[in-house]
Amino acid sequence: MKKLMIGNEAVARGLYEGGIGLVSSYPGTPSTEITEVLATYDDLHSEWAPNEKVALETAFGASLAGIRSACAMKHVGLNVAADPLFTMSYTGVNAGLVVCVADDPAMHSSQNEQDSRHYAIAAKLPMLEPSDSAEALQFAKDAFGISEKFDTPVILRMCTRVSHSQSIVETGDRVVRKKIPYEKRPSKYIMMPGYAKLRHPIVEERTKKLEELAEDCPYNRVEWGGRDIGIITSGTSYQYVKEVFGDSVSVLKIGMPNPLPAKLIKDFANNVETLYVIEELDPIIENFCRSLGLDPIGKEKFSIIGEFSQKTIAEAFGLDPKETVKADTQPPARPPVMCSGCPHRGMYYVLAKNKITVLGDIGCYTLGAAPPLCALDSTLCMGASVSGIHGFLNADEAMSDKTVAVIGDSTFIHSGVTGLINIAYNGSNSTVIILDNSITGMTGHQQNPTTGYNIKGDPAGKVDLEALCKSIGIRRVRVVDPYDLKACEEVLKEELAAKEPSVIISRRPCVLLKYVKTKPPLKVDTDKCRSCKMCMKLGCPSIAIKDGKAHIDDTLCVGCEVCSQLCPFDAIVKED
Amino acid sequence: MSTTNIMIVGVGGQGSLLASKLLGNLLVSEGYDVKVSEVHGMSQRGGSVVTYVRFGDKVYSPLVEEGEADFILSFEKLEAARWAPCLKKGGTIIVNTQEIDPMPVITGAAEYPSGILEELKSKGVDIDAVDALSIAQKAGSAKAVNIVLLARFAKHFTIPVESWETAIANTVAPKFVEMNRKAFELGYNA
Repeated sequence: MKKLMIGNEAVARGLYEGGIGLVSSYPGTPSTEITEVLATYDDLHSEWAPNEKVALETAFGASLAGIRSACAMKHVGLNVAADPLFTMSYTGVNAGLVVCVADDPAMHSSQNEQDSRHYAIAAKLPMLEPSDSAEALQFAKDAFGISEKFDTPVILRMCTRVSHSQSIVETGDRVVRKKIPYEKRPSKYIMMPGYAKLRHPIVEERTKKLEELAEDCPYNRVEWGGRDIGIITSGTSYQYVKEVFGDSVSVLKIGMPNPLPAKLIKDFANNVETLYVIEELDPIIENFCRSLGLDPIGKEKFSIIGEFSQKTIAEAFGLDPKETVKADTQPPARPPVMCSGCPHRGMYYVLAKNKITVLGDIGCYTLGAAPPLCALDSTLCMGASVSGIHGFLNADEAMSDKTVAVIGDSTFIHSGVTGLINIAYNGSNSTVIILDNSITGMTGHQQNPTTGYNIKGDPAGKVDLEALCKSIGIRRVRVVDPYDLKACEEVLKEELAAKEPSVIISRRPCVLLKYVKTKPPLKVDTDKCRSCKMCMKLGCPSIAIKDGKAHIDDTLCVGCEVCSQLCPFDAIVKED
Repeated sequence: MSTTNIMIVGVGGQGSLLASKLLGNLLVSEGYDVKVSEVHGMSQRGGSVVTYVRFGDKVYSPLVEEGEADFILSFEKLEAARWAPCLKKGGTIIVNTQEIDPMPVITGAAEYPSGILEELKSKGVDIDAVDALSIAQKAGSAKAVNIVLLARFAKHFTIPVESWETAIANTVAPKFVEMNRKAFELGYNA
């Protein structure tokens, strides 16, 4: 049946049709929907893991026991999963295993724009890269077969534009597979030096066989057109090349970026006048061409930074720009903001008011960095706030009464808890605030080990954050409601003053959760409002100044009453 | 046929994803090749969002670039000006006259510009301005702004109204079908 699907849904469908029995992942834009869609099927096990390393190791265990498995993550998630990834290259698999990784060129929702192809090269693993949803489905399905035939995990590389673009796919039936019996094979699965030394040559042999596959496979193909221009391209860049040139130039489309097909590339280059390589991010294909003695035009014309479009490619070839309309009025920017009623806002206001240095982390609460709150000092990667404050205060103990780390509930479980163990064990006077909104927020509301529900929304094991922190050795654990500004400030001051490490759990569920009951909108009594703009310091999207007075948008306000606590003139009141 | 390019622009949370989903499914059922590029993640939190819908015999790129859009459906007035450079010469902007202040306006760092639509008109842009929020509220929910704008858009095509109604029924939750059907009717006839 013909259907429109985003690339991620198509990957999920491909894995499903390919007979997947287990998926374990940690959410991360732009990869999240792969696992969410797999969770809608009942004939396989799906789960959110605490982090990508746990997810990949879980998938490995399932493969070992004989069922096809996968995990999905964003590009930076692969950094977390890199440890098992590299050694799984040596052990190989029992049943097929697919690692889906979604890169984010242009950083629509990420902290860097690393190129995952480096991992395939470094870990010596085959990688497939689809350019639309139909290929995403096919490649994901085929990846299991390649994995089993060559005894290797296979990486499926997506990018934001393929993951989040809908195009037409043709769905097929699920192949029901028998479990491949597990056999004890110490020299294959126990990677201690004696055995690992035996496995490395097998990995190198495998790469040679994969190179042969790359020369003759449906993933790499030549589309002959005019021979003046020959373009080697892959992924979403292929679509832009075809958009600009149609069939007027020759194209070598690479669907398997590792290992690359040396002979196919040389033959293509020899049959065209001028050779171009058009690839987003790093010059992987280009450098490979150079290693073959070719001299393509690549990064000198097509940026190493950001993502491409038909426009960037047309411009690079000197084609005329399209006629446009430009308003003289420059529209003010519209950056993303914390929602009306966001529970993070109250705590951030208190931190900003007290001029606290805040080591931040990854999640919706990173938005606290924006004006007017400007409440953050650093954001690196998941967990780095908690580990970072320990180093920061070791270097500058005098800052301990004015420095905190903030981290969300899901991120704390992902990799904050190990940093907290370090704080307790190595004894820094750190104050860690867990912004517990009881969900994984930014990626669109996924359950996690602190919510008490699993990926299907069924009741599940629940981490008791207070007990966890205490068991680690943190004696001072406080819980506070971030809608209560006075309580937040009191607790913050007490814990900063304490001469030992402490954890403040700022707890209130995300206002967008369906079960959260919001209150009627507040309104401004314009007779009482004296335009002091105290309420504007919150950066709430519901509040604006209209005709010199504060005004609350009743379609957005959820009645959290944080602003009314701030108003010195009691001008913000409930609707009659 | 050549490819037709549509942009759906607005503010995160306004329901543009549902509009592009509905439109995409309708165009597939009409037999076109279709690509839709969506926005997920960070910008959904109240930021400026843009979704592209392209259809024709064969569509390659999922993106719409400067000077390429035949239609821009703008859920908010300021966003129409932001994305106007993507409009093709002779293209049409269907715009909801609702104003939503961006954070720089809220904090006082910038002003909400006035006379945006007049300026675009003076540059020869075909503007169909509609108070979609009021119409949606009349139909029963402020959330139906997306359906009202799609209804205005539908007037430019020969796709029968019944096909649009089927697409609505196939896309929105059953309990909201009637309200959205009404929003479509009010938008179409406004």
